[in-house]
Amino acid sequence: MNPLPSTATAEPDARTAEPALAVEHLSVDVHTASGTVRAVHDVSFSVHKGRTLALLGESGCGKSMTALSIVGLLEPVAEVVGGSVKAGGTDVLTLSRRARRKLAGPVLSIVFQDALAALNPVQPVGRQLGEPFRIHHGLSRREAREKAIELMRIVGIPEPRARARSYPHQFSGGMRQRLLIAMAVALAPDVLLADEPTTALDVTVQAQIMRLLRDLRAERDMAVVLITHDLAVVAEHADDVVIMYAGNVVETGPVREVFAKPRHPYTKGLLDSVPERAEKGKPLPAVGGSPPELSAVPPGCVFQARCPLARERCADERPRLTATGPARAAACHFSEELTSV
Amino acid sequence: MSEPTPLLEVTGLRKSFRVARNKAGRNRLTALDGVDLRLGRGETLGLVGESGCGKSTLARVLLMLERPDEGTVRYDGVDPFALKGKELLAWRRRVQMVFQDPFASLNARMTAADLIGEPWRTHRDLVPDPRKREARVRELLDLVGLRAGDAHRYPNEFSGGQRQRIGIARALALEPDLIVCDEPVSALDLSVQAQVLNLLADLQQRLGVSYVFISHDLSVVRHVADRVSVMYLGKIIEHGPTEDVFDRPLHPYTAALMSAAPALEPDGTAGGGDRILLSGELPSPLDPPSGCRFRTRCWQAADRCATESPDPYGRGEEAPDRHEGRCHYPLSLSPIGA
Repeated sequence: MNPLPSTATAEPDARTAEPALAVEHLSVDVHTASGTVRAVHDVSFSVHKGRTLALLGESGCGKSMTALSIVGLLEPVAEVVGGSVKAGGTDVLTLSRRARRKLAGPVLSIVFQDALAALNPVQPVGRQLGEPFRIHHGLSRREAREKAIELMRIVGIPEPRARARSYPHQFSGGMRQRLLIAMAVALAPDVLLADEPTTALDVTVQAQIMRLLRDLRAERDMAVVLITHDLAVVAEHADDVVIMYAGNVVETGPVREVFAKPRHPYTKGLLDSVPERAEKGKPLPAVGGSPPELSAVPPGCVFQARCPLARERCADERPRLTATGPARAAACHFSEELTSV
Repeated sequence: MSEPTPLLEVTGLRKSFRVARNKAGRNRLTALDGVDLRLGRGETLGLVGESGCGKSTLARVLLMLERPDEGTVRYDGVDPFALKGKELLAWRRRVQMVFQDPFASLNARMTAADLIGEPWRTHRDLVPDPRKREARVRELLDLVGLRAGDAHRYPNEFSGGQRQRIGIARALALEPDLIVCDEPVSALDLSVQAQVLNLLADLQQRLGVSYVFISHDLSVVRHVADRVSVMYLGKIIEHGPTEDVFDRPLHPYTAALMSAAPALEPDGTAGGGDRILLSGELPSPLDPPSGCRFRTRCWQAADRCATESPDPYGRGEEAPDRHEGRCHYPLSLSPIGA
């Protein structure tokens, strides 16, 4: 099924090589009518080829904003105010708009959640899928069309030749998501970002799409950044995880280790909230309260208001992301207190 | 043992809609095709299925927003569709709804107190004394975990979870026997979702209210439901006590649905083991397959499945604890994956 060597042999190699994407100390501000807020604060992570990193967090935590900064698609109200994003050997944040656009497709590419909004409604899908080849490789309309049909076949769209003439609204949600993935992988990017790629889909279709992404990652040796709020999806599909809360990274590390022994109370709270893991008929161990507004993120620890471990120090001093094991880190003053679940 | 009259009993429900003609010239969309349900007092029935399976039409019939073409609905033995005037109004009070989207379902120009008290303008005899209304609003706020000071705030001043609490308080204002919850937590973040699920469970214990709980999230349904019904293209293809259905599904679709849902084991690893990956998507309800509706995606479909619609195959106790699935070749008694 999987044409690549098993991860056991691929892993040590991938760790020593240059990462396909390295984000360092990224900060993003959003300018609103009522002032400027920090939406992403000092976020760092890296992904190697053939691996999947999950950016996990709840709405407003800054995970999508991070992804949009990487691909250069931030809304005008948002602004990168610090840090670097290295891909394809350069810091893409220092490039001109024109130079950056050259990277969109062959180096960095993104799949959005809402496929209907991401596709052009008044153009046949075959034409849209052929566009990257015309722009980047200068192919003729006819050649690009053949490439598009080939892509549609690869992502599992039945009768691709006939369907290339159809418009986005003539496809089901699952098929549209396949089209979007096809377009994103058209130019064989080094890094594929997927922003909640299956959230709008039914579970049986969701499973198909995640399988497709996994197969493509293996075949094309891509680095994948999966942006999601779904812990179970992360457990199944990601190698490493970066957990964000109120714009900050609170914990990071290999998924298996982080989920088995969380070292940040927010990670633990999230894991405990999964109904699957709770005893039926008993209340779920919920995290009380809700995330702070970005305009009202407290000084000190961002999670203090909801944290069962919080004490004075947490109000005064923001915990730094500190190593809690090999390849693991958490931003909590008292993470040693969470040694067992 | 003779069984008490269930709170809700639905038999043979059919509902179709006229829609624009498709390419094959069909314009009848059969949303419900012979649906049976049963729900006792203080119980929760989970309703599971993918988009387009008829869950929402069923909810609309249960709330009397749609009249079925065929079949009967009985609340406490009474057919609400036969009621008129005052009796009908009194019945409507007893069945309420909690909506999916706490942002769209609350009027932004009304305060929490207005929103919660609004149903009393229709059902005047419930809290007839206007002076008592304020106190009752405060009680309801307290019941759903909001503060009395929240009464005069507007929806935009609340978080998603708090808004859903207002929606729940509004449903409870009429002291219903049954609340139809249509994806009540799917718009909420995980950490907030757990709070709202706990609230619903707590209210059920304190008030004895029954829930029809519609959700696409199987782990949520497993946690809250006493019994579960699985729908596929307008039919209930499996029904039974929650643990039975989840641990030993009879119908291949149920097994595939459970297997497709991402799961998280207590040790933090992905659950589920080997996936049953269905090919294809839901066929159009305008043109459902003959015989068994699931056969076009079923890995064990045989000739018989195309010609004969399967009768329920059951095991276990008598109703209501009987576990039934509509399949010619129900899955073995062993758990999936074993």
